[in-house]
Amino acid sequence: MVMSDIQEEVVYQRPVSLENTVTHYCPGCTHGTAHRLVAEVLDEMGIREKTIGVASVGCSVFAYNYINTDFVQAPHGRAPAMATGVKRVMPDRFVFTYQGDGDMASIGMGEIVAAAARGENITVIFINNTNYGMTGGQMAPTTLPGQKTTSSPTGRDVEVQGYPVRAVELLSTLDGASYAVRRSLHDPKNIRMAKKAIRTAFEVQARGLGFSVVELLSICPTNWGMTPDQALNWLEQHMIPYYPIGDFKVHEAIANLRF
Amino acid sequence: MARELWKGNNAIAEAAVRAGLQAYFGYPITPQTELLEYLSWRMPELGRAFVQAESELGAVNMVYGAACTGARVMSSSSSPGVSLMMEGLSYLAGTELPAVLVDVMRGGPGLGNIAPAQGDYNQIVHGGGHGDYNMLVLAPSSVQEAVDLTYISFDLAEKYRVVTVVLLDGSIGQMMEPAEMPEMRPVRRLPEEAPEWAVTGAMGRQRRVLSSIYLQPPEEEEANLRILKRWQQVIANEVRCKTYYMEDARFAVVGFGSAGRVALSAVRAARAEGIPVGLVRPITLNPFPEKILQQYAGQVESMLVVEMSAGQMLEDVRRVVQGRVPVELCARLGGIMPLPDEVLDAIRSLARGEATLEGHPRDRWLQRMSLLY
Ligand SMILES: Cc1ncc(C[n+]2csc(CCOP(=O)(O)OP(=O)(O)O)c2C)c(N)n1
Ligand code: SF4
Repeated sequence: MVMSDIQEEVVYQRPVSLENTVTHYCPGCTHGTAHRLVAEVLDEMGIREKTIGVASVGCSVFAYNYINTDFVQAPHGRAPAMATGVKRVMPDRFVFTYQGDGDMASIGMGEIVAAAARGENITVIFINNTNYGMTGGQMAPTTLPGQKTTSSPTGRDVEVQGYPVRAVELLSTLDGASYAVRRSLHDPKNIRMAKKAIRTAFEVQARGLGFSVVELLSICPTNWGMTPDQALNWLEQHMIPYYPIGDFKVHEAIANLRF
Repeated sequence: MARELWKGNNAIAEAAVRAGLQAYFGYPITPQTELLEYLSWRMPELGRAFVQAESELGAVNMVYGAACTGARVMSSSSSPGVSLMMEGLSYLAGTELPAVLVDVMRGGPGLGNIAPAQGDYNQIVHGGGHGDYNMLVLAPSSVQEAVDLTYISFDLAEKYRVVTVVLLDGSIGQMMEPAEMPEMRPVRRLPEEAPEWAVTGAMGRQRRVLSSIYLQPPEEEEANLRILKRWQQVIANEVRCKTYYMEDARFAVVGFGSAGRVALSAVRAARAEGIPVGLVRPITLNPFPEKILQQYAGQVESMLVVEMSAGQMLEDVRRVVQGRVPVELCARLGGIMPLPDEVLDAIRSLARGEATLEGHPRDRWLQRMSLLY
């Protein structure tokens, strides 16, 4: 058999929408996984050149170093307002924000709720890692009851520090939201489901159906003080019971889409 | 185009539309709200973007996003709302983006009141947001001037990649005066006519990123210097100032906006009494008309600053004049406009040679104010 007879098929390669660069994320961090999923979806839909990303403030402030599209970078929490500005003057562009839980569910709660209520035709990728990664692991609105962080050192006491926020459920109650789902990045099966959800969210935008948000349960091994493996297990055992994977709002026009 | 009767806020809105405004984002607040209401029908009528934002924080960040695409974009607000916008204004400056803000000042601090005031002079002229940056500040004193300055504010913002603020007080926003509207300009087509830095989707070109983050201090310093160099150009080219009766003046009144207008009445009355006084009315508050004032410091015996704030512009005039002549203060606060008679009294005092380099003019003004309260 000569070499030219061998049929080779590429089964795995870096998406064009993902930059070929060195990561600044900690080992095991799922921000990288989420970036790749977004990039794969942009490739599959062929919309890289029509997409404008809005980076937020958090560990993913440099999302634009990885996702290979035009990008702007928003003040902490304001990405949905900035995305609104971009989308309203360039309605035929795909506009997405990429926000952490501190960014979207704490300082930016006003902007995200208002954008969803307006039915702003943008897609939001929401990374829930139960803490403020970038500033060193402080309590976030998503920190679980009893969870220790650098600003809840004895564990989140709900009597004093209040209860965690289930942000996508909350957003799903707004009529302007057409797609609001939660997925997880803790194992390959869930990662594949997450990618389908991201694809669906962009399809919602392609059809002009309004606001779409995908929450991705994520890990922050560095600030959790765990190995990546331990962190993935912790996510599965502790986060999913509080933050169930599921679809909270699915517009009927895309309910039957399959990828 | 004929002169028509326009309310200040509506006139500014229409002038912005004619300047090619593509997107407006705002939030209701008195005494600015008519501007938002006008654009809520005018922009959609022309197929342009209008969003009533959830807050001024939302509005300024929508402006930020739209400005990134190279669109002509504007917001408007009044004092408390503008305070909320400071974050976004700093980011716009840090990202070197053009945008226009109309600030129709009211009485403060805090919720204050809805009467005309100039207490936000320092906030707008000397910063407000964090970091080293400047905003180009235009201060009209009539509805026509508000129209004319709004019309050019976009060109200035784009030429120097700065935020231009049209700074007026509630009285100019609310008053009705005859004004002539400029011609309707075509709207910029996006992405075809977008500037070379704009983020519009990387269609057949290298992708672009717009951000205000420079983690490496040398890069940040370089960005700061780039911003400053552009600002030096603004200082060199864009100072605007109007003078009245200054040719033979031995006394100068300095005031902007409504205060400048009141001062002009007082100057005319003083001239009728034979007092050789003139008015210097800064139109750009930043850059401040320093050279002109320095020149008059060599001509007049003393100066009087008239403002609707507690000597905020006074400090700029004193800095420029550098003690060469005495500078006195005539001010009203909290939403009260000075009366022409009050200013005339203060001019008479200059004419009597009562202005002095001793002490601080604000102390003397406070002394006079203590007779009122
Ligand atoms: C106005 C403002 N307040 C505070 C900060 C500091 N800050 C930077 S990142 C961050 C938290 C980000 O956490 P999260 O959104 O959960 O993202 P992660 O880093 O976990 O990915 C904070 C508070 C800031 N940059 N701006
Ligand atoms: S601090 Fe946490 S969220 Fe940030 S890069 Fe490291 S692991 Fe990821």
